[in-house]
Amino acid sequence: MADKSKSINNVDRVVIRFTGDSGDGMQLTGNRFTEATAIMGNDLATFPDYPAEIRAPAGTLAGVSSFQIQFSSENIGTPGDELDVLVAMNPAALKTNLEDLKTSGIIIANKANYTDKNLKLSGWKLNPLEDDSLKDYRVIALDMTRLVSNAVEEMDLSIKLISRSTNMFALGLVSWMYDRTLDSTINFIKNKFAKRPELVEANIRALKAGYNYGDTIEEFQHIVTVSKAEFEPGVYRNIVGNQALCFGLIAAAEKAGLDIYFAGYPITPASDILHILSGYKNFRIKTFQAEDEIAAIMSVIGAVFCGDLGITATSGPGMALKGESLGLAVATELPLVVLNIQRTGPSTGMPTKTEQADLLQALFGRNGESPVVVLAANSPADCFSTAFEACRIALEYMIPVVVLSDAFLAHGSEPWLIPQIKNLPKIRTHLVEKANGFNPFKREEKTLARQWGIPGTKGMEHRVGGLEKDIETGDVSYDPINHEKMMYLRQQKIDIIANELPPVDPFGDKSGKVLVVGWGSSFGSIREAVNRSRKVGHTVGHVHLRHLNPFPPNLGETLLKYQNILVPEMNNGQLLLLLRGKFLIDASGLNKVQGKPLGVDEIHDKIIELIGT
Amino acid sequence: MGDQQTVTFSKKDFVSDQDVRWCPGCGDYAILSQVQKVFPQLGVPKEKFLVVSGIGCSSRFPYYMNTFGFHSIHGRAPALATGAKIANPDLSVWVVTGDGDSMSIGGNHFIHVLRRNFDLNILLFNNQVYGLTKGQYSPTSEIGKISNSTPFGSVDYPFNPPLLALGAGGTFIARSIDREQSHLQGILKEAHKHEGTSFVEIYQNCWVFNDGAFASLTEREIKMETQLILEQGKPMVFGKNKDKGLRLKGSKLQVVQLGKKYSVDDILVHDEKNKIQGLLLSELSCDKNFPTPIGIIYQEDKPTYETMLYNQLEKAVKSKGKGNLDKLFNDSHTWKV
Repeated sequence: MADKSKSINNVDRVVIRFTGDSGDGMQLTGNRFTEATAIMGNDLATFPDYPAEIRAPAGTLAGVSSFQIQFSSENIGTPGDELDVLVAMNPAALKTNLEDLKTSGIIIANKANYTDKNLKLSGWKLNPLEDDSLKDYRVIALDMTRLVSNAVEEMDLSIKLISRSTNMFALGLVSWMYDRTLDSTINFIKNKFAKRPELVEANIRALKAGYNYGDTIEEFQHIVTVSKAEFEPGVYRNIVGNQALCFGLIAAAEKAGLDIYFAGYPITPASDILHILSGYKNFRIKTFQAEDEIAAIMSVIGAVFCGDLGITATSGPGMALKGESLGLAVATELPLVVLNIQRTGPSTGMPTKTEQADLLQALFGRNGESPVVVLAANSPADCFSTAFEACRIALEYMIPVVVLSDAFLAHGSEPWLIPQIKNLPKIRTHLVEKANGFNPFKREEKTLARQWGIPGTKGMEHRVGGLEKDIETGDVSYDPINHEKMMYLRQQKIDIIANELPPVDPFGDKSGKVLVVGWGSSFGSIREAVNRSRKVGHTVGHVHLRHLNPFPPNLGETLLKYQNILVPEMNNGQLLLLLRGKFLIDASGLNKVQGKPLGVDEIHDKIIELIGT
Repeated sequence: MGDQQTVTFSKKDFVSDQDVRWCPGCGDYAILSQVQKVFPQLGVPKEKFLVVSGIGCSSRFPYYMNTFGFHSIHGRAPALATGAKIANPDLSVWVVTGDGDSMSIGGNHFIHVLRRNFDLNILLFNNQVYGLTKGQYSPTSEIGKISNSTPFGSVDYPFNPPLLALGAGGTFIARSIDREQSHLQGILKEAHKHEGTSFVEIYQNCWVFNDGAFASLTEREIKMETQLILEQGKPMVFGKNKDKGLRLKGSKLQVVQLGKKYSVDDILVHDEKNKIQGLLLSELSCDKNFPTPIGIIYQEDKPTYETMLYNQLEKAVKSKGKGNLDKLFNDSHTWKV
């Protein structure tokens, strides 16, 4: 389709951010571009960012919604630090995103929205498209509204409908610039608006108008292409973190031979999990939208007592409410999984923005000595494996497990190597079938897991509860020595899990100047920063922890092999505190609490700074 | 339940090996004994009973029942029971709670479990005081209550549990008294029979912190004058000589003397299915000028939550086929490398 007279410029990676009003359809635009990019075989990572308000006042800075994608011929782990292209559908979007655009980067703006009113609302004194404030960038300012209006001229559409289709124009134009096909988007539009043919027609015309604009206008001299990335062989799809979590849970349930019981209470950014799982009723997944966060986890405890694989999902504030109940799961030694999709805090914080400041809450946020297993996912696709692993540990050790994800992983996406179902390990449970010899507190030697005898099974009638239990019989006990023994037992149940965890094997240099230790969604940024530091000749390693409680067995000795330990986190130093406390090492933190992911540059700079000292 | 061979149980099968540790003379003993007597008569295999509680004196109940049991946390028993019922709808689930547990800290779960109409039973042991924490007034204590936390009398209006349950959409609302053993047995059986959430308020005497709270309803000499025993289809008469009754005057209830002016034909006939009557009867709980209704105040048949949920599950399997992981993972655009 593209005009072959234009030159082709091949690059390794491109970062584009689509920005506009929260009603401008930027998420949809980004998702469509992402699918087209996946089809092209590039590696990719995406990062949607949007306000907490569903429709913040139009034209204001608070109402800006954005979707960022990095795609590359190399393996990448982040949506990118600096933008090559900023699509700014209105002046507010330009205002809030311009600082991330690299010098000489491209701005694509819909001139029609740069009205006096919108400029005023977003704090521009003069129209930046008309003075020299954007002189360091390449500005493509088009009246998209008029161009779309021309394209749908005889269709007699309202101006509202026309301006709603300008996102498709922008998508068409960017698709041409980066050589993406329109087919998948056209199919999507046909399905989405199947009942409204006039919308199908208008959107497709707008999309094609944008594409053809690039093709014909001389301003666009070349097409930028990105070669296919090298992937491990297999079948891939693009996946967002929350979806991957759900797939991991469903796979684990199948491998354990259990039904899923999931309960949740609506909370950003965890609600998707309830939405997704409630759609899979044919997997016999029982979902329950509870009256509050406490009811959600308590009902999970009830379901688990009755033999289901029980899961609840929430975010920080909900996690705080679940604390007492999670303690009950610890006391009754029931296997359940709690997913905490972290967002900024304290209190309500910034609900749609990311942070990883709930690590200490996960570890210690309950009364009494109340240890739980804590895992963290490190990328959208890794959410699958982490959810699966959480279910496995919960069931095989009869213990509650907390999984930490965050807003960045929840909505971010990347290609996922679809696993072969037959290659996923079977998960063992401690369900007891025969009453003969059943004792709810009889433990398996290797795992210390207690027996799981469920209501409805003859001869297994027993009582559990939150009161301290006698270590032998499980009866209520106020004996002081017994209580201490039980406390140690509950801790030991955590500690022995470390025995079967794979030892940490640092990426990069196995010893040297700096070991970067991370957890959670900073994986991609850290990995790229470490690569960059090594390319310039430094000896740097990277350990990214999935298991945060217990730690992998050889973590302590690994730390000793490096002169510096750097712990980048989107919090005020939580893993740092744990590593210092547990291993008595002088680790340094790199802490960023801005509701934004850590950038490659800042981590790289910190590595260099540490080496320099 | 038909897959189980019928085994005959007796009360002792439901007595656990744990020592009962309520204060001697506590009303809870009588209730425990009635429940242990009724369970073997319900035709439910013993392993299908699940007794769930929160925190408080009454909530020690599961430990004393030789069934599956869960002593959970304060106020949360209905939520735990909800998950259990969804996981296994075949269970006979009994929630045992107190007035602090269900009306105060667990108020939210209480109203929502009633609204959703799970087929389970809630026994509220209402002694109008916090016992386990040593004598604070509770959300069902009368206003002006002198207690450890209200030495000058409480300035807190009480909840009326049946009225609250009715407002929350409860489908079976009944009341009994710890000392009325055969009445309590009958109500427990009816609660079990009802398909939906059965709420039974049981007036229970705490002789340590609130002795005699229900004396007017339990003292032999006067109780005939103060109890209104509700019977479906029967006129609401009461009194030692059955010489008083409730009459509808306008939209209000009125106590009338039978004999000269009024006959039994003027007396309102109890209809459990009549919500307006249920409302009027519930109101009486707090009114000293009226007798206190004992029995089934209101009953309504409507589909349970779990029935509707399982219908959806079955329908989904029928229409989409049993879930297939491979198909699921490949349900969006895929590409091969």
